Amino acid sequence: MASIQVRDLSKVYQRDSQRIPVLDGLTLDIPDGDFVALMGPSGSGKTTLLNLIGGIDTPTSGQLLVGGTDIARLSGPALAKWRSRNIGYIFQLYNLVPVLTAHQNVELPLLLVKMSGRERRQRARTALEIVGLGDRLDHFPRQLSGGQEQRVAIARAVVSDPELLLADEPTGDLDRASGGEILDLLERLNREFHKTVVMVTHDPHAAERAHRVFQLDKGVLSQ
Amino acid sequence: MLTALLPLAVIVLVPLLLWGLAKLSDRLQQRLTLSPVMLVFVNLSRNKLRTLLTTLSVAVALFLFSALGGVLDTISDSIRIGSETRIITRNAIALVFPLPLSYLERLRTVPGVRAVSWSNWFGGRDPVNPRNFFPQFAVDAGTFFPMYANDLDIVQATPAAGTAPPGVDPKLTAFLEDRTACVVGEDLLRKQGWKLGQTIRLNGTIYPGSWAFTIRAVYRPKSKSFYGESMYFDWKYLYENSQRRAGVGVYYLSLDDPGRAADIARQVDVLFENSSAATHTESEQAFQAGFISYYGNLPFVIRIIGLAVVFAILLVAANTMAMAVRERTAEVAVLKTLGFSDGTVFRIVLAEGALITLGGGLLGALLAKLLIDTSGFNAGGLLPPMRVHWSTVMTAVAAAGVVGAASGLLPAWQASRMRIVDALRRVE
Ligand SMILES: Nc1ncnc2c1ncn2[C@@H]1O[C@H](COP(=O)(O)OP(=O)(O)O)[C@@H](O)[C@H]1O
Ligand SMILES: [Mg+2]
Repeated sequence: MASIQVRDLSKVYQRDSQRIPVLDGLTLDIPDGDFVALMGPSGSGKTTLLNLIGGIDTPTSGQLLVGGTDIARLSGPALAKWRSRNIGYIFQLYNLVPVLTAHQNVELPLLLVKMSGRERRQRARTALEIVGLGDRLDHFPRQLSGGQEQRVAIARAVVSDPELLLADEPTGDLDRASGGEILDLLERLNREFHKTVVMVTHDPHAAERAHRVFQLDKGVLSQ
Repeated sequence: MLTALLPLAVIVLVPLLLWGLAKLSDRLQQRLTLSPVMLVFVNLSRNKLRTLLTTLSVAVALFLFSALGGVLDTISDSIRIGSETRIITRNAIALVFPLPLSYLERLRTVPGVRAVSWSNWFGGRDPVNPRNFFPQFAVDAGTFFPMYANDLDIVQATPAAGTAPPGVDPKLTAFLEDRTACVVGEDLLRKQGWKLGQTIRLNGTIYPGSWAFTIRAVYRPKSKSFYGESMYFDWKYLYENSQRRAGVGVYYLSLDDPGRAADIARQVDVLFENSSAATHTESEQAFQAGFISYYGNLPFVIRIIGLAVVFAILLVAANTMAMAVRERTAEVAVLKTLGFSDGTVFRIVLAEGALITLGGGLLGALLAKLLIDTSGFNAGGLLPPMRVHWSTVMTAVAAAGVVGAASGLLPAWQASRMRIVDALRRVE
């Protein structure tokens, strides 16, 4: 169950004495298994919304039910634990650990799960095979192309089998061909593995892959 | 030669070794199993040059720390009265105050004392170059040289007219026949460019006047603990030419049973407790160690320097850790996004700081132990051959580890407190 229910969600950043309202009474429903694209001009709050849904930021007010859990009520450690089980996060700049091999990068989230080293290695290998990098296990990030790095990042996001994938401009730093491969992969994860996908993007071509597209502007959402 | 080459070899080899390890580390790492501990290790391989330089600076600092500790160890070794064939009695107040010559007979009657000799510090100065310093001792020639027969060899001597008294090296005959004669160390003779039979002049600083000495014999130390650049002359010359002002600087007591040294030393001091000059009796090495630290409290100064060194590592390591964590901001955010707890992030950074200084500390401390123990350095015979105790090595390594962890405290705390959204934004 990875449905997302956002009710009257607001986020205000406080910088020094300045209040920066970013999201203003947002309401949104994303059913289980959906593939949603989130578009909008720069600074409109797309990343903020994604971070709130992913539990790496906390809302100022409103309700946030993800997979039935009211994550606005979870505290730091509980939230961290919840993230490790329910969320796969994909960043624009991949954010792999440069001193770990592809295989080790993918194993990383599994350190938080009780599992034998052997099983961990096997699962990481499987995840890399799914993203088509079964032959690059021992490569370091610097030995991979951008598209390959992003595929490793996707393997890392899915290795602990979360139901919800959050991608913040996953193709923003890639050429069209590699970007296309990433989108194919996300589509496949949605279709074959029933992952719910929420993807922030600037690219209309990318947004076409989604079932639904939301526009965010000045903190207000429209479909 | 070997003692000069060894440090050189180590200085060249260690960076080469570390460089080799750095080259190997990719291969090595591909084989390692991912774990938090491995994460700490691979973090060190990110900026290999920086890790190398930090490790080396910590190593140098800890080398210094251990070497200083070794000086303290050596002094403390020498101060213990262990098994001694000879002990030394001096004025209890300070070395500069003499003892009466009348103590001689009383010392000879102490049970267990086989022979007694004495000497006094002359303190003469080269009239041409006052900086040209070497120690000169007025000794009771008839008793001193027999007592130290096992410590020095007479290797050159001028021809003599008569024969030596019984128990005295025949090569010292010419020396004993001439009141103004002196015996000098072979090394001293060479350094000063003197010749056997030459007359040299010294200005007295304690006993005024210009003093003439004729070199009648040359000695060579037989043991490392005997100083090879001293000059000895007859105490009677000093006594007579100083208007009988000269007293006894120290008495040397040779013992029948080395095992009773501590016991006899105590008896001697009790004997003179209520006399005009109380005595302090100690081992030769303790006496020499006291001599070294005579001006200023040497051990205290050494401890202060040691603390300064530890503080220096703290700064070096803290700087490294601060840089290491700052440039890894996004990664810390990723770890947290994946669900790693603040506590785990804190421990990883802390362990990294401790590891980097532990490595350097181990290297420096072991190097100090190796080089100093094998150097046989003995401060020109003033100390027993220098040694670094294992306890000092361990203290140094522990200090390095603690300091390293401390250096990581602030960066670790910052990393653990870092909010994911802020950390991610900073790199965008
Ligand atoms: N951690 C933060 N602290 C202060 N202001 C923030 C923070 N994160 C985002 N903002 C502000 O919120 C607004 C929306 O940011 P963001 O969600 O990153 O937009 P988008 O991803 O749509 O470009 C921006 O004006 C930004 O300056
Ligand atoms: Mg954004």
